[in-house]
Amino acid sequence: MLRAIGEVLLTLGVVLALFVVYLAWWTGVETSVAQPRLASDLGRVVASAPPVTKTPAVGRSLRIVDPPPPVPATGAPYLDLTIPRLGHDWRWVVVQGVGLTQLALGPGHYPGTAGPGEIGNFAVAAHRSTHGEPFAYLDRMRPGDLVRFSYGSRAWTYRVDKSFITDPSDVGVIYPVPRQPKAMPTLRLLTLTTCDPRWGNERRLIVVGTLVEGR
Amino acid sequence: MYAALWRKLPGPTVVKAVTLIVVMALVVLVLFSIVFPWATQFVPGQEVLVD
Repeated sequence: MLRAIGEVLLTLGVVLALFVVYLAWWTGVETSVAQPRLASDLGRVVASAPPVTKTPAVGRSLRIVDPPPPVPATGAPYLDLTIPRLGHDWRWVVVQGVGLTQLALGPGHYPGTAGPGEIGNFAVAAHRSTHGEPFAYLDRMRPGDLVRFSYGSRAWTYRVDKSFITDPSDVGVIYPVPRQPKAMPTLRLLTLTTCDPRWGNERRLIVVGTLVEGR
Repeated sequence: MYAALWRKLPGPTVVKAVTLIVVMALVVLVLFSIVFPWATQFVPGQEVLVD
């Protein structure tokens, strides 16, 4: 009897150890397999897209009137994302959607929020642990850091204004005008969201930036 | 439990060992492809959204 209990406990221990391996390693493998595929899919989409009619910038380059790239289907690749602060080889393909299925592929664009370069709030979420943990070190972001999105030859650069910790229910941070549900947006904002602490669900880490260059 | 399982497996020791390895591989496959993805939702750190 005691022996059977011991064997059951031993089995549970092995299964739990395997689960840790799955979370810490295998989810990352799945994501790192998905990313190159997304990158080549995105390359194909960009290559087959009709050229954007470039509108000359008026005054400073912030007066962008060129439309953002088309919003892809849920789970499809949207943009390339690089954040120098997070490493020179830190490069991710952002997908459309923020369900767990999409976030398992890489960072995801909140549906219904602005596109890159658009007036409003361009909101992107990513895992901070497991699934390749794109935003593992998002807490290192400092005001002035740059966040770059690109789509073929087009690119949008945001400069970080601030980062803060908030409640999971603080949906106002991704409103077109943060926390003002009825205000008309005039700024081109970026909001990055992830969990805080790194292995917890209790809070959210938010990084906010403003567009400084778009072409 | 495992001793009884070992006795019940047919064939000589080599066949038993091979059977066991195949069964274990299948169990790990089911865990990684079905059970663990499902269980991931209960792990803290999976929620990254404001909603």
